[in-house]
Amino acid sequence: MADAVLSTRSLEACYGDFQALFGVSIDVYPEEVIAIIGANGAGKTTLMRSITGLLTNQPQMVTWKGRSIGALRADQIARLGIAMVPEGRQLFQSLSVEENLIIGGQVGRSGAWSLEKVYDLFPVLKERRNVPATSLSGGQQQMVSIGRALMSNPDILLFDEISLGLAPIIIKSIYEALPTIIGEGMSAIIVEQDIAKAVSVSSRVYCLQEGRVSLEGRPQDLTRDAISAAYFGV
Amino acid sequence: MDWVNAIVQGVLLGGLYALFAAGLSLIFGVMRLVNIAHGDFIVLAAFLGLTITTTLGLSPLVALALVVPVMAAIGYVLQRGILNRTLGDDILPPLMVTFGLSVIIQNGLLEIYSADPQKMSAGALETASLSLPGGLNVGVLPILMFAVAVAVIAGLQWIFYHSSLGRAFRAVSDKQDIAQLMGLNKAHIFGLAMALSLAVVGIAGVFLGIRTSFDPSIGPGRLIFGFEAVIIGGLGNLWGTLIGGIILGVSQNIGAQINPGWQLLAGHIAFLFVLAVRPRGLFPRID
Repeated sequence: MADAVLSTRSLEACYGDFQALFGVSIDVYPEEVIAIIGANGAGKTTLMRSITGLLTNQPQMVTWKGRSIGALRADQIARLGIAMVPEGRQLFQSLSVEENLIIGGQVGRSGAWSLEKVYDLFPVLKERRNVPATSLSGGQQQMVSIGRALMSNPDILLFDEISLGLAPIIIKSIYEALPTIIGEGMSAIIVEQDIAKAVSVSSRVYCLQEGRVSLEGRPQDLTRDAISAAYFGV
Repeated sequence: MDWVNAIVQGVLLGGLYALFAAGLSLIFGVMRLVNIAHGDFIVLAAFLGLTITTTLGLSPLVALALVVPVMAAIGYVLQRGILNRTLGDDILPPLMVTFGLSVIIQNGLLEIYSADPQKMSAGALETASLSLPGGLNVGVLPILMFAVAVAVIAGLQWIFYHSSLGRAFRAVSDKQDIAQLMGLNKAHIFGLAMALSLAVVGIAGVFLGIRTSFDPSIGPGRLIFGFEAVIIGGLGNLWGTLIGGIILGVSQNIGAQINPGWQLLAGHIAFLFVLAVRPRGLFPRID
């Protein structure tokens, strides 16, 4: 198997005195989609914040294509080709739909994604390009958030709780669009509370429980009981 | 006719107040920082202009070409070196640090230039005037300053809403973490915002120094005028700040027309009146 593009090694992450992750090690291989599942407070978002540099760690705790990046700032990591669709969409309310997308492309990485391609993927955004981004519906806002991440032409895309707070029909269409979004040469990490959804699109699953990896493996090798035990700790 | 004159002069003075206020409004908008030393930076820029005009023999308006970039550089270094470290969830540290800067600048200027009032001379331009119908005479210099103020406000407005720098300002102002995820280094963006703020302060300081005499102690007073213009106009609205400056300038001149001792008082009363009637200012930005 090829070397992992992204790895965390014995990652310990803290918010002040509160330790949220205890020695988490995960690997993402080229063109692989992995899922990270776990209950509320298991440390999923903390793991995403550590990888993207919103929480800084010791350098060797996160590696990207063989390079230690654990201590880099978020803007430096964004330039390396790691992009995130954050939990709750987090659009810039003072910016129009189009400005939100343009700012995503400002890291200056070249590649297949452009404003036009994002509009091809989500035509409704083109119609509403000049309205304030936060005036859109939740599903459309999620499209902007995904488009904004794609505009940086990332090598890996992190989705933090993409289905949270969205209608089931919207969730379904977003998952249907995922294969187009995660194109050739791209890897992805999908963080989900909905186990079935996460497992359906990923080739490997990590389950977090109270800041530790409680289970990992290929979906077909994991039994429902094993996942339940890892998820709830019972 | 005296009253019309007072109002016209007040409008033109308002342009200068808008210049005092624009930089204040800009950095508050981008990083929620209230720069207590803002007025002292205006005075610092005036002294910088004075030094350049006297040592190089330049006209103050030409000296702007040096004062503005120097002030911008001071702004960037100040933000990256000191102020960025004070920003966080607590609003008190930046207030304390900029208050300290205010004391340092005032005393530094006192040490170098003494407490004597100084003034810059713009030569013949200072006495040139235009005759308007109705026997009104308006100085060319106040008109020029007002025109520059309008141009500066228009320029800032354009930067804020139509340039990639302005997009970055607004993004960082909205959500600092997420802006960082978009590859924007907020420490750098804040530095650029402060540089732009102090560049405007550079213009304001030189104009102040041409218009009136100044000494190291007058900074806090200019800060108050700037604050009042921002609040009257409504936070986050640059054109509102210009209107706020004009209202302040007109009120002061009308007050002075009634009784010369009432000039400042009339401006403060107008400010309090607006604050009482419209606590968010006349034209607050709609969020």
